[in-house]
Amino acid sequence: MKTKTNDLILQTVTKVATFVIVLFSIHIFFAGHYTPGGGFIGGLMTSSAIILLLLAFDLKTVKAILPINYLLLVAVGLVFSVGTGVGALFFDAPFLTHAFQYFDLPLFGHTSLHTAVLFDTGVYLVVIGVTMTIIQTIGESE
Amino acid sequence: MLNFMLQLALLCITISMGILVYRVIKGPSIPDRVVALDAIGTNLICMIAVLSILLDTSMFLEVILLIGILSFTGTVAFSKFLEKGEIIENERDL
Repeated sequence: MKTKTNDLILQTVTKVATFVIVLFSIHIFFAGHYTPGGGFIGGLMTSSAIILLLLAFDLKTVKAILPINYLLLVAVGLVFSVGTGVGALFFDAPFLTHAFQYFDLPLFGHTSLHTAVLFDTGVYLVVIGVTMTIIQTIGESE
Repeated sequence: MLNFMLQLALLCITISMGILVYRVIKGPSIPDRVVALDAIGTNLICMIAVLSILLDTSMFLEVILLIGILSFTGTVAFSKFLEKGEIIENERDL
């Protein structure tokens, strides 16, 4: 006889672990300029957190929690990356020329803000979109 | 002295990973293999920690967390497949 399954432990662990994984992915995304990391691995970690949600719950619940159209996310990411490249043309510089400047921000202190972060944001969004599209398409097919 | 101890630790981890590989190949049931693969992931984390002390760098510390997360997700996916037959359900029956 098949007993009813109970996912209480898995779901409780997932509720805590998802936040830790998302925080780690954001850290690894912003640390990419000076230490290992960057947009690609950060995006993979974020999608791994969403996959953990998919494993503990189901497609419908996760769609209710995160109502994101992942194909649109890919398009937005590509616009970010291309926009960063095109932006350089307005300043009489070649395509994809990046600029950076040091600012004294109130909370962070002496910080260098670089336009490569905007390019990396595009990479981040595209990686999340592509991974989640692949996995949801495979998961939905009966 | 420390270098020798670290290399000894690496050797011990390698031996235990070899024994786990034996369990993955031989293991009579699939849950045996899944548990062995999870333990191999944990041993890999230990190996990277020892290696980052040996190479005197802190650049591998992200890899440790990364392998921990990936091995957890992989084991959960495997065990869900073994229990329910599908990894991602369309709608859970409560």
